[in-house]
Amino acid sequence: MSERIPVLRIGDVLLVSVQFDLEDQTVLNLQEDLAEQIVATSASGVVIDISALEIVDSFVGRMLSTVAAVSRVLDARTVVVGMRPAVAITLVELGLSLGGVSTALDLEKGLAKLGRPVGSAPR
Amino acid sequence: MTTPWQAGAEPRSYPIHRSSDLVHIRQAVRALSQECGLSLVDQTKMITAASELARNTLVYGGGGAVRTGLVGADARRGVAAVFEDAGPGIPDVEQAMTDGWTSGSGLGLGLSGARRLVDDFDLRTAPGEGTVVTIVKWVR
Repeated sequence: MSERIPVLRIGDVLLVSVQFDLEDQTVLNLQEDLAEQIVATSASGVVIDISALEIVDSFVGRMLSTVAAVSRVLDARTVVVGMRPAVAITLVELGLSLGGVSTALDLEKGLAKLGRPVGSAPR
Repeated sequence: MTTPWQAGAEPRSYPIHRSSDLVHIRQAVRALSQECGLSLVDQTKMITAASELARNTLVYGGGGAVRTGLVGADARRGVAAVFEDAGPGIPDVEQAMTDGWTSGSGLGLGLSGARRLVDDFDLRTAPGEGTVVTIVKWVR
């Protein structure tokens, strides 16, 4: 019942990749785990990859907004990456604009947004 | 609004009693939306609307059930879902359909948002007599 999504740490960035449709309780667990991990690891950034999510309803949308707000209070920035186009269209039509949530098209751009460019040296 | 379930394709019923039921309902509506041939965006909208309404049934209706299946009318095809609870009903429908209004702790987007995501939306309720919400998404 109380499934937990792994929170990975790369330097001072926490990385979460949501790979399957989440139960509400799992969503709430993730919200708490991230807040605890931000403090425990002194993370300065959080990246949440939702590229595998086929839908984001208002419950998950609210979690993303809450994580962004909580991390801000804990001196960390959150970037949500990989949202599918159909999900973006649906969220906006639903009335959720994810105000206050920073987004990027993919993981690499998300890390760059946190000032943590990875891999590919300039050519 | 009647739901003309497609002949030979009786709707299936799924209980809504705990939040883990929502996952199964999303999967069922997704399978139907694909089978029906909805576009990817329309599939996403239909599944999201179903998720919102199923959560309403659970949180505000005290639980209930959804029947979902394929529908057909005038050479049109679509996916329908009927959410039913025996909860307290909605005293003021107009208010409940307003963006941002909620009687609970939600965002108040469930009903009004779900209505925007689908093609047909029908809400029947009376105080003390529960709520039935029917939604249909048609193939374009």
